[in-house]
Amino acid sequence: MASRIRIRAQLKGGECEVKALMRHPMETGLRKDQLGETIPARFIETVTVTHNENIVLEAHWGAAVSANPFLGMQFEGGSVDDIVKVSWRDNQGETGEGETRIRQG
Amino acid sequence: MKNKQFNGMARRTFLRMSSLFALATALPAQVRAMATRPTSVFEATGVEAVFSQLGATPTRSEGIIFSVPDIAENGAVVPVKIEIDASILPDVSKLYVLVEKNPNPLAAVFGVPKTTRPYIETRVKVAQTCELYAVAEAGGQFFMTSKETKVTLGGCGG
Repeated sequence: MASRIRIRAQLKGGECEVKALMRHPMETGLRKDQLGETIPARFIETVTVTHNENIVLEAHWGAAVSANPFLGMQFEGGSVDDIVKVSWRDNQGETGEGETRIRQG
Repeated sequence: MKNKQFNGMARRTFLRMSSLFALATALPAQVRAMATRPTSVFEATGVEAVFSQLGATPTRSEGIIFSVPDIAENGAVVPVKIEIDASILPDVSKLYVLVEKNPNPLAAVFGVPKTTRPYIETRVKVAQTCELYAVAEAGGQFFMTSKETKVTLGGCGG
């Protein structure tokens, strides 16, 4: 089950600016539902950003990252039409990914 | 039926292990070092415990530009931004975001390869009014800066 990521990559003066919005509940495992049952922890653990297959960012997250996480980052050396890909994996093994082509900002 | 299920599991585990192995052998050393999740740092309770898991209390540095709101209307979505002034702090390889009074202060770690700007934007949950820390790792040394965010959700005025 892979879920899509909204992602944008723009060239701005020699650097590529990436903004990504993931759809994920980022459940801490500390909250209870209406019946008082603990809602199991479910959060993104690893996020990877690649540019033409090269890793430009690798992040480890805890449950304290907000629901529907936002990530903004910048790397050097991208060109228009290069592929930027963002992928994540959560603590339950579910994954998500999205890719886009770099545009002139 | 049971047996079939077991076979399915074993195959999945095998595939996962072999793909992990392929990944580990294919990546350059710098990235591979980051690939392991720093579980003990994530599980640490209290900022001091996080620092002791990292192995050092970070030195305060002007080279970290940390933007957080002074007042957060909603503690569930607090925007944070870390920028590094490379003229003060060169060779930053990792950025950490810590929220002092969360059950586990470490919210996120970002591994920054050389061609990536040490710059990060994200949003974190802040349980209550407290200090937020930005920690940068450069050449095995740790640096930090911190800022307070008041959480006002619920109308209690923080």
